[in-house]
Amino acid sequence: MRFDRHARRKWFSHAITVLAGLSVLVVLIPLASILYEAASIGGPAFSPSFFTQTSATPCSPTPGHPCSLGGIGPALQGTIILVGLAGLISVAVEVAAAVFATEYRGRGLGRAISFTADVLTGIPSVIAGVFIYTYFVLYDPTIVFSTLTGALALSVIMIPIVTRTTEEALRTVPNSIREAALALGISKWRTTLQIVFVTALPGVLTGALLSVMRGAGEAAPLLFTAFGSRIFFQGLNKPINALPLLIYNFAESPYQNWIELAWGAALLLIILILVVNVLSRLMIQRMVRRMRGQ
Amino acid sequence: MLVGGFIVLLLIFLIAAILVREASASFQAFGFAFLWGTQWNPATNIYGVVPFAVGTLLTSGIGLLIGVPLALGSAIFITTQAPTWLRGPVGTVIELLAAIPSVVYGFWGLYVLGPYMHATVEPNLQHFLGWTGLFGGTASGTDVLTASVILAVMVVPTISAVSRETLAAVPAAQKEAALSLGATNWETTRVSLIPYARSGIIGGIVLGLGRALGETMAVTMTIGNRDTVPTSLLSQGQSIASLMANELTSTTGPLQYSAIIEAGLILLLISLLVNVSARLLVWRVLKVGGGIVE
Repeated sequence: MRFDRHARRKWFSHAITVLAGLSVLVVLIPLASILYEAASIGGPAFSPSFFTQTSATPCSPTPGHPCSLGGIGPALQGTIILVGLAGLISVAVEVAAAVFATEYRGRGLGRAISFTADVLTGIPSVIAGVFIYTYFVLYDPTIVFSTLTGALALSVIMIPIVTRTTEEALRTVPNSIREAALALGISKWRTTLQIVFVTALPGVLTGALLSVMRGAGEAAPLLFTAFGSRIFFQGLNKPINALPLLIYNFAESPYQNWIELAWGAALLLIILILVVNVLSRLMIQRMVRRMRGQ
Repeated sequence: MLVGGFIVLLLIFLIAAILVREASASFQAFGFAFLWGTQWNPATNIYGVVPFAVGTLLTSGIGLLIGVPLALGSAIFITTQAPTWLRGPVGTVIELLAAIPSVVYGFWGLYVLGPYMHATVEPNLQHFLGWTGLFGGTASGTDVLTASVILAVMVVPTISAVSRETLAAVPAAQKEAALSLGATNWETTRVSLIPYARSGIIGGIVLGLGRALGETMAVTMTIGNRDTVPTSLLSQGQSIASLMANELTSTTGPLQYSAIIEAGLILLLISLLVNVSARLLVWRVLKVGGGIVE
């Protein structure tokens, strides 16, 4: 009897292991399918002109009449400009906010700020677009759909992310460094800016990189701001395209060459994001190891 | 620096303030009836939020129903069951799911998952589970169910990551105590790990709920975009986020515009509430469990 019961318990434990392992496999199916589709349809679209040209006129191929593809040049350029601008805006704000939150923590306000940043990260990204859109409809309707509003909407999303990662980077700086600086008679704010901040710089940059990649994948906030366009950058006050916007617009179109471009753009976006993700992970690991003096 | 710290706090109030301002016309016109109005009719200028509230809650609810077991299964597999060499890689691959942009999920939903649901899953559901009344209407592949499945895939990395983190924060002594009493691998997980990490796991689920409620692009591309209350899981519908994505810039009049903003304000309030409670739950576990955060 005792032996039977023991066997049953062991068997049950093994069954759970199998079930848990199965759930991992089920979770990996969509990932594999997405990567396969993007690579098999989008991969063949890659060519030098894919990255530089504007998209071709819409068409679906019929026997004997192949379609020209064109490229995603304007969207790629737009994404670079938008996330670049948004990155500059956010880093300026975020760094100040995070330095404040970490270096003056323990006074309640620092905690409140990092908590708010956490909560702000969870707010739907579409709300950021609605916020910027309604603001400009009210106060400056001439540039509602423009590069500027697109960058602002993205920075609303990116600000809380870099605030958090910067704070975490500052936290890895050992207290002994702060104390050493203070013991030498350096003022608190100079210690923060010139000693602590510089030590944490790789981590801060990694955070900025991560938030830029998050911004590069966002389409929802750009629907009402950057709006999309089929031509290259025309000025800060004019609409502009971006890779996620192109994917959304072309995916819903009935034309085969546009759908192919959308898969190509999806593949490019996935590759960019995965590469940056892996790189930043390595950077963080290296930094943590260095701080521990290993 | 003080100014920088306040910007994060300020941002949240600014967003809320401007949405409240723009929603006031709709609030004056409909009052609280907006909350239980089932009509969304630009022709008669009568607007109610119920079709979109139902769409949002239904897709998120079913998404969690499918996603939570998978996420918990994979978290338990990675933290307690998998051989050590497998844990890091599997965890990283599941986190890659979080790095794929939501517009790419939508694209995949439109071209791969949707047609599969239409051709295989939905006819079978109608055939075998039609008696439940949940699967009435014609299968189309772009409906509430497809949007829910996409959301399930998207919440898995969030829930899984937080659960893993909290499970890993359980002190080793807890686990060793159970093992020393002769508990099997699963019994150890059940009696010592899960109870200890419970509020963190719940926090992760609530965090996943927050992500699902506000998800825009993937839902917009798969839910079918119809402004009526869904009558079955195979009906087309609309979530609050997809309502904004589809109709904000193409309104027929100021009242419809204001009504959309009011719906957005409701989404903002719900997601604030959800995120605050999730963060509090997660923070509590991580703080108690071995002093990882503080």
